[in-house]
Amino acid sequence: MTDIATSLNNAAASETPEGGIRWGLVLDHAILIAGSLFMLLPVFLAFMTSTHEAVTVHTEGVQYLPGDQLVANYSTVLFDGIGFTGAVNGTTMMMNSMILGFGFAIGKIIVAMMAAYAIVYFRFPLAELAFWAIFVTLLLPLEVRILPSYEIVRKMGLINSYTGLIVPLIASATATFFFRQFFKTVPDELVEAARIDGAGPMKFFIDILVPLSRTMIAAIFIIMFVYGWNQYLWPTLITTNEDYFTLVRGIKQIIQVWVGAQIPEYSQAMALAVLAMLPPVIVVVVFQSWFIRGLTESDK
Amino acid sequence: MAQVHIDRVSKIYSGTQRAVNDISIVIPDGEFVVLVGPSGCGKSTLLRMVAGLERITEGTISIDGRVVNALEPAERDIAMVFQNYALYPHMKVYDNMAYGLRNRGMPKAEIDQRVREAAKTLELERLLERRPRELSGGQRQRVAMGRAIVRSPKVFLFDEPLSNLDAKLRGQMRVEIRKLQRRFGVTSIYVTHDQVEAMTLADTLVVMNNGVAEQVGSPLDVYKRPASTFVAGFIGAPAMNLIDADVSDDGSAATVGGAVIAPLEHSAILEPGHAVTLGIRPEHLRRAGANEKAEIELVVSAIEILGADTLAHGQIGAGGPGKSNLIARLPGTTRLEVGSKLPLAIDRSAIHLFDRETGRRIVSDKASQTEVTPRARLAAV
Amino acid sequence: MNKVRFGHSAIPYLFLLPQMLIVAVFFYLPAGEAVRSSFYLEDPFGFGSTFVGLDNYRDVLSNAEYRRVAIFTLWFTVLVAFFALAIALVLAVKADAVLRGAKTYRTLLMWVYAIAPPVAGLLGIMLFDQHVGPIVKLAALFGWDLRVGVNYHDTAFAMIVTAVWLQIAVNFIFFLSGLQSIPRSVREAARIDCRSGFRRFWTVTFPLLTPTAFFLVVINITYALFDTFGLIDLMTKNEPGNNPVTLVYKVFLDGFRGNDLGGSSAQSVILMVVVFVLTIVQFRFIERRVHYS
Repeated sequence: MTDIATSLNNAAASETPEGGIRWGLVLDHAILIAGSLFMLLPVFLAFMTSTHEAVTVHTEGVQYLPGDQLVANYSTVLFDGIGFTGAVNGTTMMMNSMILGFGFAIGKIIVAMMAAYAIVYFRFPLAELAFWAIFVTLLLPLEVRILPSYEIVRKMGLINSYTGLIVPLIASATATFFFRQFFKTVPDELVEAARIDGAGPMKFFIDILVPLSRTMIAAIFIIMFVYGWNQYLWPTLITTNEDYFTLVRGIKQIIQVWVGAQIPEYSQAMALAVLAMLPPVIVVVVFQSWFIRGLTESDK
Repeated sequence: MAQVHIDRVSKIYSGTQRAVNDISIVIPDGEFVVLVGPSGCGKSTLLRMVAGLERITEGTISIDGRVVNALEPAERDIAMVFQNYALYPHMKVYDNMAYGLRNRGMPKAEIDQRVREAAKTLELERLLERRPRELSGGQRQRVAMGRAIVRSPKVFLFDEPLSNLDAKLRGQMRVEIRKLQRRFGVTSIYVTHDQVEAMTLADTLVVMNNGVAEQVGSPLDVYKRPASTFVAGFIGAPAMNLIDADVSDDGSAATVGGAVIAPLEHSAILEPGHAVTLGIRPEHLRRAGANEKAEIELVVSAIEILGADTLAHGQIGAGGPGKSNLIARLPGTTRLEVGSKLPLAIDRSAIHLFDRETGRRIVSDKASQTEVTPRARLAAV
Repeated sequence: MNKVRFGHSAIPYLFLLPQMLIVAVFFYLPAGEAVRSSFYLEDPFGFGSTFVGLDNYRDVLSNAEYRRVAIFTLWFTVLVAFFALAIALVLAVKADAVLRGAKTYRTLLMWVYAIAPPVAGLLGIMLFDQHVGPIVKLAALFGWDLRVGVNYHDTAFAMIVTAVWLQIAVNFIFFLSGLQSIPRSVREAARIDCRSGFRRFWTVTFPLLTPTAFFLVVINITYALFDTFGLIDLMTKNEPGNNPVTLVYKVFLDGFRGNDLGGSSAQSVILMVVVFVLTIVQFRFIERRVHYS
């Protein structure tokens, strides 16, 4: 931790103009560059490897430079049948991932906004009970009640369906909590002004609160989209039919075929990995200021 | 005619806590009434009960002869300007003003006409397409006013509308609000904790404390004849000097620790030894002339030079049992030194006398004859 | 609190209905069922079950394999949380200190947030592969014969490195925003009061960052306990027998592979208690945060 000390010292010193090289600043940048490389390198190697032939990777190891199999590998993964039965391809899985990501994010936002609105803006019998009933769900992640959850969805006949995939994931109140916190920061005077302007509860929600929450909705959408897209355990249990496989869920099955083979198909496996991370990464990078605001403000 | 009648209104929180306690005021049509008092005195609660934002626990409020207790805010035909303006941040200035009219189902053409008219009055024409966050504080304040005006309501309600503005702008807006109110002639209720604002705006002042209306009257009347020590201390800056005193044996003078400090004209009412509080405004103390008898001697402890005036802070009766702090407002030309003794003469007619126990004003024989009746009055009192 | 609210009407009930329905069916029902079945012994052929009281808990807690997994989980959690937090803190402090390129660094250090744990696991498999993995080759240079998937400790090492890599981004985002929310005036006052940057960091910056840090400790523990499931599932390559796994993974194994419903449920309930305690702690810190600001 001494490096923090020296650099802070120098960062302070560096603000006063003086001659020569500011070593503290150089060190700061060196550490940040090293950190960035550490984060970047694994994915960079995965991408480079995905542009080579499987044999090349097998004999020469993980690749550091681009190869000539980019189009070939990615079109195989996207369009040819892969997996045990060969019935599913990357495009289908990507579609399923999109459905899960969008369906989960949109569903969750609608359900959560409505519930948060009821809790924050109305006084009614059972309000307190409803509040606690919803927020206790923050206490237990899906993983600890996975088996009975699966049983219930199975009994409802929702195995291998988008409903069974998406709806049970909405049962945790994270987004409701975010919206509740946000609604509480909306000044009371706005509700009062709206009431004087003749807006009832429905009008206030639609005309004022929803438009006011646009940034918050965007931020939560990004967080929830990434969360939904990246789901693994639940889709693994709920989808046994390859037609419903998402990219993240399909990875393991397919890896077992490829990596378990005589010559591990690392190049195509990495192509699949790159495809699985590309959409959420793009969303997070492009909308990062919204996303960071949503993420860091939500914990308050 | 939009008369507002507040009849024995109380607001009781959690069963016992009386935020507003049995207040009755009749506000005639077109009157500008200011509710003034320290924070927590119940003035905002009273205003919000008129608006319909707060339920009325006891009593009735009628606007224009119609009891509004059970009506929604939008049904009361009122408009309100909030302290933080409460503009809809996602709507343009135009839509902010038009929103309430649209909710009433008013035809588009009429809405447009009203909004443009209000915008012209308030010089907002060029800002109609902007959003609130692109406006300065003063401009937002105007939009909030505009939103109230377009409704052409029976009553304007103002909840400390100027407290978020800087001093200069506040002064300008004060004048402007008063001009607008005169022009439209709409009955207005205005809440503030700023006594300068209260004095300059009001036709009628309602001074509130602890949920009770301490005094209702014209600004000058309240200033000249404060009904209680609370009002005396609240209206006027610097505040009125309040000195605990006793009535002398013959009832002709107020004494502090046995020494006479002021002559009294209340002999008919007071018995000797009565515990009173003597009130003297700083501006009614003056330096005693060379051959004039000084009633009191002030030991100066601090001097504030304001230019036009000089404020002398100090103590009288130092060392004795009747020691009290006093402020005198003297002409700006006065030269003073800290630690020096300043002989002061008191303008007799400017002495206020309060019962020390109840804090209420003791009406002198003379003053009672010149009582002024304000247009708005404490009803049923 | 919001003083002004709308009065009685059917609207709040209608608005709450979807959330309540989903929560009831997909949260309370299964959670209750998990607790219930932890007291029962399920017939393997599905012909009913018998009440066995705390037997399932006794079996689980006295099971040597369970204890081994619990101890690994503890180590795994502590190491992952520590390294992910420490590295992220250093990077956040640096990213906060530099003026030039601050935005670029932020992007480069936060984007990994979007990667799914199993995808990270897949990258880990390749980088730690016996034949093609560059990390194995690097380790060989230092005379370390890294055998992931064969040697228990080597596998654990690979898992921890991968899990730390994935979690740095979240911690970085929170630390950076925590640092940036420290008022400029406070930093300037500190620079006037204290010459040593080292002392300044530990006496002013870090105390102001502790609410964020506490919050993150809980987040990281939860991450290591639950969210790493996909990563572990990938990296054990379906051979959990001789590979390190965590408690959540064992719940899944015993329940779905081993068909030991009662035992799996008892393990679930034990985990529920752990999470419950963690969350209570977290809520208390969140309360504290409010007081700070």
